[in-house]
Amino acid sequence: FYLTPPQVNSILKANEYSFKVPEFDGKNVSSVLGFDSNQLPANAPIEDRRSAATCLQTRGMLLGVFDGHAGCACAQAVSERLFYYIAVSLLPHETLLEIENAVESGRALLPILQWHKHPNDYFSKEASKLYFNSLRTYWQELIDLNSGETTDVKEALINAFKRLDNDISLEAQVGDPNSFLNYLVLRVAFSGATACVAHVDGVDLHIANTGDSRAMLGVQEEDGSWSAVNLSYDHNAQNEHEVERVKMEHPKSEEKSLVKQDRLLGLLMPFRAFGDVKFKWSIELQKRVVESGPDQLNDNEYTKFIPPNYHTPPYLTAEPEVIHHKLRPQDKFLVLATDGLWETMHRQDVARVVGEYLTGVHHQQPIAVGGYKVTLGQMHGLLTERRARISSVFEDQNAATHLIRHAVGNNEFGTVDHERLSKMLSLPEELARMYRDDITIIVVQFNSHVIGACQNEE
Amino acid sequence: AAGMFLRLLSDVRWRAANPKWRRMTCSRRSTSSTAEPHPVSLPAQAQVVICGGGIMGTSVAYHLSKMGWRDIVLLEQGRLAAGTTRFCAGIVSTARHVSVELKMADYSNKLYQQLEQETGVKTGYVKTGSISLAQTQDRLISLKRIASSLNVMGIPCEIITPKQVAQLHPLINIHDLVGAMYVPEDALVSSANVSLALATAASRNGVQIHERTSVSHVSVQKGRVTGVETDRGQIQCQYFVNCAGQWAYELGHSGEEPVNIPLHACEHFYLLTHPLKEPLASNLPTIVDPDGRIYIRNWQGGILSGGFEKNPKPLFTEGRNQLEIQNLQEDWDHFEPLLSALLRRMPDLEALQIMQLVNCPESFTPDMRCIMGESPTVRGYFVLAGMNSAGISYGGGAGKYLAEWMVNGYPSENVWPLDLKRFGTLQSSRTFLRHRVMEVMPLMCDLKVPRWDFQTGRQLRTSPLYDRLDAQGARWMEKHGFERVKYFVPPGKDLLDLDQSKTFYKPDWFDIVGSEVKCCKEAVCVIDMSSFTKFEISSTGDQALENLQYLFSNDLDVPVGHVVHTGMLNEKGGYENDCSIARLSKRSFFMISPTDQQVHCWAWLKNRLPNDSTLTMEDVTWKYTALNLIGPRAVDVLSELSYAPITPEHFPSLFCKEMSVGYANGIRVMSITHTGEPGFMLYIPIEYALHVYNEVMNMGQKYGIRNAGYYALRSLRIEKFFAFWGQDLDAFTTPMECGREFQVKLEKGMQFVGQEALLEQKQNGVYKRFTMFILEDHDTDMDLWPWWGEPIFRNGQYVGKTTSSAYSYTLERHVCLGFVQHFDEKTGEELVVTTDFINQGEYEIDIAGQRFQAKAKLYPFSSLFTHRRRKDEVELSGYQRE
Repeated sequence: FYLTPPQVNSILKANEYSFKVPEFDGKNVSSVLGFDSNQLPANAPIEDRRSAATCLQTRGMLLGVFDGHAGCACAQAVSERLFYYIAVSLLPHETLLEIENAVESGRALLPILQWHKHPNDYFSKEASKLYFNSLRTYWQELIDLNSGETTDVKEALINAFKRLDNDISLEAQVGDPNSFLNYLVLRVAFSGATACVAHVDGVDLHIANTGDSRAMLGVQEEDGSWSAVNLSYDHNAQNEHEVERVKMEHPKSEEKSLVKQDRLLGLLMPFRAFGDVKFKWSIELQKRVVESGPDQLNDNEYTKFIPPNYHTPPYLTAEPEVIHHKLRPQDKFLVLATDGLWETMHRQDVARVVGEYLTGVHHQQPIAVGGYKVTLGQMHGLLTERRARISSVFEDQNAATHLIRHAVGNNEFGTVDHERLSKMLSLPEELARMYRDDITIIVVQFNSHVIGACQNEE
Repeated sequence: AAGMFLRLLSDVRWRAANPKWRRMTCSRRSTSSTAEPHPVSLPAQAQVVICGGGIMGTSVAYHLSKMGWRDIVLLEQGRLAAGTTRFCAGIVSTARHVSVELKMADYSNKLYQQLEQETGVKTGYVKTGSISLAQTQDRLISLKRIASSLNVMGIPCEIITPKQVAQLHPLINIHDLVGAMYVPEDALVSSANVSLALATAASRNGVQIHERTSVSHVSVQKGRVTGVETDRGQIQCQYFVNCAGQWAYELGHSGEEPVNIPLHACEHFYLLTHPLKEPLASNLPTIVDPDGRIYIRNWQGGILSGGFEKNPKPLFTEGRNQLEIQNLQEDWDHFEPLLSALLRRMPDLEALQIMQLVNCPESFTPDMRCIMGESPTVRGYFVLAGMNSAGISYGGGAGKYLAEWMVNGYPSENVWPLDLKRFGTLQSSRTFLRHRVMEVMPLMCDLKVPRWDFQTGRQLRTSPLYDRLDAQGARWMEKHGFERVKYFVPPGKDLLDLDQSKTFYKPDWFDIVGSEVKCCKEAVCVIDMSSFTKFEISSTGDQALENLQYLFSNDLDVPVGHVVHTGMLNEKGGYENDCSIARLSKRSFFMISPTDQQVHCWAWLKNRLPNDSTLTMEDVTWKYTALNLIGPRAVDVLSELSYAPITPEHFPSLFCKEMSVGYANGIRVMSITHTGEPGFMLYIPIEYALHVYNEVMNMGQKYGIRNAGYYALRSLRIEKFFAFWGQDLDAFTTPMECGREFQVKLEKGMQFVGQEALLEQKQNGVYKRFTMFILEDHDTDMDLWPWWGEPIFRNGQYVGKTTSSAYSYTLERHVCLGFVQHFDEKTGEELVVTTDFINQGEYEIDIAGQRFQAKAKLYPFSSLFTHRRRKDEVELSGYQRE
């Protein structure tokens, strides 16, 4: 079984999306030129989600990738709701009042977000009322709390993350008279999702990360080469600080059982996540909710199962770690991607592949034979591959697609091998997850001119 | 400290006697440890200073010293034979398209063959033969044309089948081949060692060679070389020879008086491998696969293979010395297409191990021919460079011709195709060169078909009518940077794409040109001929006439208003130029020459006219737009536009008058058309060009006027047996040999250049004769078309070559022009060619190996019908070269 290059392309391009920030007077005054995004499923259905939106009542753009686990419900909910929570957190008091008054008097609401969605990115119609009510409660609290201080982005992000996770938890505890919705909120709460969100406003870039997705900045060095700067820390067992944090939060007696086989309580890979109430609620609460819940939930072995050594919940938090970065002219792009990408490619390679794609320049290391023993045939093969690598750039109109092509098709030489690509993409559904994870990528391209100008003003 | 040491080394004088020289030159990068400094200071003066110790410089030194010139200094910036010469592939190949190149390569081969014996220096000469492969029928035709040329020169050569190729070379994949050409005497050499051998011989003859000495500039006084400045001091000299290879352009521009040497280097890659398991025999033929753009030779049991890619990388030499050029980077990605071609040609090489990819820059010229000769602006400044990667093949012959040129004043062959003076300042823009060499380098492997035009560096010089003509469907060719119309494509008619139109057969424009010719014959056509070189020469007294009478062969002391066709001959009576001169007044002359004479003719006259303020010569080429009104109705158009009587009584043939045309006054009208057809040349001050053109076209409408191009002109002139300079005529052709005795003032008792030689020919007869051939059994639609350079056979014996050809729409036959010689059947000695010899023979023309019967004629057809035309009215001139 073999996929032809057009077949491969149609698979790779099925979910690709590009957005170019519109120009005014022929000028793009935003620090963002636009973004490319794409995702390649390994799970069926895919458990990754992505979101992108422009804030309309404040400045800035929001982009995020969400990696769901134990189903896609949580990731889906977070992808729909999180940006509203962030936007609301950022809104000044007057705007919040204005919105609340509009709702109160039944007037049309000020739009808060302009979404940039692929047709496959859907929003749940049924839950929108429920979600809206939770959000309204949040902004009403914000209005009451009116601190009078200007909103700090970092704080807003943290608050929004925590608040949304809290709402998810509450909605599941309260339930809904509508059985469909009732089941939905429970699925959302019992599944989990990591989130890696970027907020770009002028030269201010904030990354809020919960879990093991990752944000990486592509930097062009003076000699034209590319390097990668991490703008997030993975929350998993490989992160010492994170392990330390978890251990600090629980009694010493649990030290050994907290992290087993690189997993939280021996079960969960990410150390922070939305949902996953099984790691947050008390055993009593879990039992009560499951028992009073719908039959489907009750029949589900997973939801009934209590993690071992579960003594001092919560073990998990959705609180993000926020990193602030001032953009410089040499910062050319940002890659947000779920761990499906980072498992297959080193960030340095990601920076190079995307950088070369975006600039169209290929800093391929020139080949030198030197003292090695190379035959004409080997050299010919290598050169043909290098040529293919160059030509593959021109096949993709989307940097995220290009990156996926490399992530899935790279051979040991770091070039895209069509045969490998074809094999990986034609794996049957049940096998695909064993060879690769869902991959979701957003590549944001920055506007160096604007960034340079902003920098000079400061 | 290292720098200090280098400077010390630069004082080492290279000596053949030094037993260490081989080691020094073989391990160039570690020389510092083996060489002993023998500081020898530069001489204060020498007769000749040669700059460049590559194959060209050493060959010039070798040949000059052989011819008896001894006071010669050769300067080399780095090490002898360490530039392109060291790295070149060492293939001596005689398969060349241009006759003089073929002769140079043949001489080089013979020279190198005996060089080891002569000098004792091992040259690595091996006679391997070469096989040029054809993947297409067109390529095979091209090879067959070369094979015909080689055969009549006595160079063994045969067209072979793919099967025979396989027998000659065990590794070749022959499945995609249609045939090949085998030249068994082609050879391989170690080019650096050939160069060292030449240097050794030259050194023994007294030539001083100094390495590590760079020439910074050449000193010039009063238009003559007086010396050179080097980083080690000054040398006074009378002659300077620029053999600086890829640095020649820069060196030419370094002096106060710039010498334009239009060449530009490109990177050139070839591959070296380790030996095969069963090492290749050292006498295995070299393979040239032009369709795959590669060459492959055996090299120390392995192979050496390079090629000429489609996307060359031009290289700047500015600020780079020899060592930096030696260390250029390998670029495997760039080499990939050539490697693919190599593995397709020899699939068994897959397992062969790579030794190295060599990056050896080569210099290329704007027309793919090398550059040789004396600067038109600085006397004593000679150049030999721009070998288009055939330096080894040409080295011996080119050095010999240049040495002859310097010693005798002229080389023993017609080298006009290689003459530096074919170029002017207009070809020396860096941008032009860079663009053009990127076209030239791939062309090395492209099919060479008739009527091919360069596509880069175009639209530089144009007539003011360019846009008008272009809008009317003009298709353009270029001569000396000037755009000229080939023909006009009628509206609604499409021609083939450039690439598809390449053919050795009947071209797609056949009917278009046919209708233009018909219009010239029956009505009137206008051809823009503004590219012609135009000089005005005048004086306060009789100096102009006196000097021109000496420099030109025809009598110029004609009544004012007359036009004279005349040659500008050299001492041997050969044509340096062929031109028309109008006597504008008692003391001023208007001279019209072929387009590419602009530099050569200017230099020739400048060097011979007295430096006298009362005698002025001006190049007025750019001041006039020239329109050629050809056809029986030209007279009607002109008389209506000028309200002046233009009938033959008032305006006889070969007449020149200033008159008004339309509103424009001061138009020089001459009753010549360069075709033998009736009509006029209009020389129009450029600001009037559009006006006059419009008037002519409007007025001409009722006479059926239309635009025509050079292809129509060429067909007309060739069927009228008009020779033109640069194509048919050259410095080795005299008026006697082309039936133009009537254009020479032999009987008038006046001295002129070339007179003695002509008198001797008149007495003893000529050894070649310009002849017209009408092809008899040639099918225009089906057969290969003649071009030029086709061998002529008389009674089965080779007697000469054609110089131009065209289809005559009037005769409905192909006409070839060419020279017939008479070789003694036994001794091969050249004998006098008589009219009887020409007339009493059965002729055949060989087109790519196929012979066609031809009728020989010594007089054009028209003269048979117009016996009564006065001899001096018969125009026998034409200019442009194809």
